[in-house]
Amino acid sequence: MTDKPPPPKRTAAQKTDFKRELTEVVPHLRAFARGLCGRPDMADDLVQETMLKAWAAQDRFEPGTSMRAWTFVILRNAYLTDMRRNRFRGEYDEGVAERILTAPAGQEEPIHLSDMHRALLTLPPERREALLLVGAGGFSYEEAAEICGCAVGTIKSRVGRARATLNAMLAEGNIPQRSVEDATAHRAILQELDDVAAGKGITAAKP
Amino acid sequence: MTSRDESRASVSGESTANGGTTPAAGKDGPAWADGLKQLYDDVVEEPLPDAFKDLLAQLDDTDDGDTAAGRSGAGS
Repeated sequence: MTDKPPPPKRTAAQKTDFKRELTEVVPHLRAFARGLCGRPDMADDLVQETMLKAWAAQDRFEPGTSMRAWTFVILRNAYLTDMRRNRFRGEYDEGVAERILTAPAGQEEPIHLSDMHRALLTLPPERREALLLVGAGGFSYEEAAEICGCAVGTIKSRVGRARATLNAMLAEGNIPQRSVEDATAHRAILQELDDVAAGKGITAAKP
Repeated sequence: MTSRDESRASVSGESTANGGTTPAAGKDGPAWADGLKQLYDDVVEEPLPDAFKDLLAQLDDTDDGDTAAGRSGAGS
């Protein structure tokens, strides 16, 4: 594996292109990070960390491929690392607490965005991430699988389970408070993180 | 394009060989599916905080080839 030549140095023009593309995806990085870790300030820290790592690794970015997918891999890896250091504790964004998602006709109760967000944060990380990528980020299953470094079938299954859980929680209004405060749940989450981290995503983007 | 398809297929591994399924993202899904999208889109639409603009500007400063890593910090 060591005989692979290092990627060529980037020209000034390529660096300019890279920076422009990186700039364009920053709002998406913020949205993805917010969904993953809940707290806006921590999410933004995570995004800044991601931007620096992406910039440092730009020689490994293949021009013409998706900057969003490439940087999402870096962001999720940084997130998983931070999670294992217990920096994020699944706290949710109070800013959305008072907002109500208007229910479509026929829906008997409005769904609160805050409930939605809290329910999302109680999902196991790999399901939350899969649902965010597909259900919010608009990635195809194939793209999401590539970002997470796992099989397409695995992503489909995670999204399906995430949807089923949210359906149950939001329909019954039965949203647990931060399950991470429970020691047993916390251990389970850490175990899951190790499993998720084992699929390392697109190898080229690994810092 | 074919080589890209191949690498994509190898990433997706043993299970499926279908090339282009698109998820039915909340088309006829529950109301929360739209809420999920909305949570994401709201952040995308937010104006970028200055911290990010500053950071992007700093990337240019550190951008002078292979010694960039060594000369961070608050010099000159």
